[in-house]
Amino acid sequence: MARRNALAMTGGNRERAGGVPRDSSGQSADIEFAGVTKRFGEVVAVDDVSLSVERGAFYTFLGPSGCGKTTSLRLIAGFEQPDQGDVRIGGASVVGIPPYKRPVNMVFQHYALFPHLTVADNIGYGLRQRAPRPTNSEITGQVGEMLELVRLSGFETRRVWELSGGQQQRVALARALINHPTVLLLDEPLAALDRKLRREMQIELQTLQREVGITFVLVTHDQEEALSMSDTICIMRDGRIVQTGGPKELYDEPVNGYVADFVGKSNFFAGKVVEATGTGAAVELEGGRVLSGRRPKNGETLAPGARGVIAVRPELVHVTPTAGPTASQTDVEAPGRVKNRIFLGEHTEYLVGTQELGDILALVPKHVEASDGGFTPGDEVRIGWRTSAALSLAER
Amino acid sequence: MTAAKVAGKNGNRVTAMLLLPTTLWFLLLLVMPLVVILVFSLGERAPAGGYQAALTLEQYANLPARLKAFTNTLTLSPLGTLICMVIAYPLAYYLAIKAGRRAKALLLTLVIVPFWTSFLIRTYAWIYILGGRGIPRLLEMIGIEDLRLINTPTAVLIGIVYGYLPLMVFPIYVSLEKLDKGLLEASSDLGANPVRTFLQVTLPLSAPGLITGSLLVFILLMGEYLIPAILGGGKVFFVGNALVDLFLQSRNWPFGSAVAVALVVIMLVAIALYLSLAGRERGRQDVSII
Repeated sequence: MARRNALAMTGGNRERAGGVPRDSSGQSADIEFAGVTKRFGEVVAVDDVSLSVERGAFYTFLGPSGCGKTTSLRLIAGFEQPDQGDVRIGGASVVGIPPYKRPVNMVFQHYALFPHLTVADNIGYGLRQRAPRPTNSEITGQVGEMLELVRLSGFETRRVWELSGGQQQRVALARALINHPTVLLLDEPLAALDRKLRREMQIELQTLQREVGITFVLVTHDQEEALSMSDTICIMRDGRIVQTGGPKELYDEPVNGYVADFVGKSNFFAGKVVEATGTGAAVELEGGRVLSGRRPKNGETLAPGARGVIAVRPELVHVTPTAGPTASQTDVEAPGRVKNRIFLGEHTEYLVGTQELGDILALVPKHVEASDGGFTPGDEVRIGWRTSAALSLAER
Repeated sequence: MTAAKVAGKNGNRVTAMLLLPTTLWFLLLLVMPLVVILVFSLGERAPAGGYQAALTLEQYANLPARLKAFTNTLTLSPLGTLICMVIAYPLAYYLAIKAGRRAKALLLTLVIVPFWTSFLIRTYAWIYILGGRGIPRLLEMIGIEDLRLINTPTAVLIGIVYGYLPLMVFPIYVSLEKLDKGLLEASSDLGANPVRTFLQVTLPLSAPGLITGSLLVFILLMGEYLIPAILGGGKVFFVGNALVDLFLQSRNWPFGSAVAVALVVIMLVAIALYLSLAGRERGRQDVSII
């Protein structure tokens, strides 16, 4: 409980001369972009982006490198200024305001801890910059609470380069949180950690966010990380937003093939749209087979004659023995041969080669696998799915 | 010497072989001359000049006769080092942090270019620049008359700064270049304005370069001979000039040796003081000398 209360106890407004005051209004949006454009020479890093991050949300920018996600974060932090448009924090425009006057703090990708300072001095750095400067005992007290929050009590006098990656990560978090920012910015904070530690820190970050109750804005290229931690994910490509929504929405209702490909795995069947309605579309593949799927909510509209894709999630693909009775729950079927099998613990992933549909990925849960004994590479099988499980999407 | 000892202890022949040249160099060219100088400084001047065996501290008692050389060296060397620091830091900062790639390459080349010509010639050039037909003539045109530069401490100082600036620029440049620019952003993000960021992050983290550069310049300046000889014209002389005078002109080797020993002692004390001060400022971090 002490940990839980650490921030509440030290709460209070952070004031920086000339800066943006915290809690300046009762608005629900903490961060807003209005038509923001940022260019670096010829390259348009952020292209006319408008968005709004709700107070207290865990918001994630997701995309491949070069999609503009880091630039967006740096625009919030103040390391970059927009060429066009307006960036607002807590309702007030921050265009032209330098980073040291903004009520946000950042956890840097490689932590950027000060190598010449101890752990305690690193964490207390933000407090020492305030005017008037808090007394030494105040600083020591707050640093102690922060160390407790990130479970590093007793590490005060350590040098930062003596710490492990995970510990450095926590020092970076504490150093940012001690300032009680309205928004905490996280730039690929887990990229440098190994898989297991990354998983732990994901949970820890999520818990921490609920405890301190401030807005977190995360930048990552790791879709798994984004899906597991975020309330809202903003998928970017080439400086533009492709789709914004909750993890489930992005997974179940991707607006186009790019999103479906980026969030989770999918089987894609590309071809020419032969029929399109408001609720779905049919696509004719190279070989002449026609597949149809439902149109996701807010899905990009398809026009007959244009290119389109049908996407099916691997966990919705059924694998059944050829000899047995036809699985009643599928209405699209194709015979094939198992090419590869990967055991994933709770699931088994099959790669099935088919004549008509190419290679298809299927994810079979353990309990299904156990009942029919599973397959080995070379086995003749039948794959299938329900049309309602397939999505008709615009190509990337 | 320690190297030889360690090698002997380990009985490692390869190590011993590898260290042999260094050890010989060290013994022959550093330790032996020092011993000779020490022995000479306790002797007497032979009637015809040179050294005559004796055991006396008379030469050391005589040191105040060359006080002027010591005070000149001990004021102009630290002052020159300080001016070099003040000029070199902004230059190195600009090179390492602000300059674009092309400007950086060009400016670094410009810092190096003077080394392509003999230091002697470049220093001679300053005789003309500082002499009657140089800068004083230009100043006359704008109404500043009767300014004498050549053969003054100012001239020596200008020569010093000119000659030694690159030695100060490079170590500082290297330490600033190594500085993670993300730290500057982190500092700004945490609420420090640019001045505070400089004082709390940039300066402490470039201190090793600053210390290295200043030691390099200071040590070389303490033994400087050429610049005072040329730009000081015999009026502003360093210990180095006094040594040349004592050994080659008056051939008073014992007294010259005593002056040399005194210089070494002063230098060691000064460096020890400086390093302990710098070390205290910088906490437990190591101070590296190149």
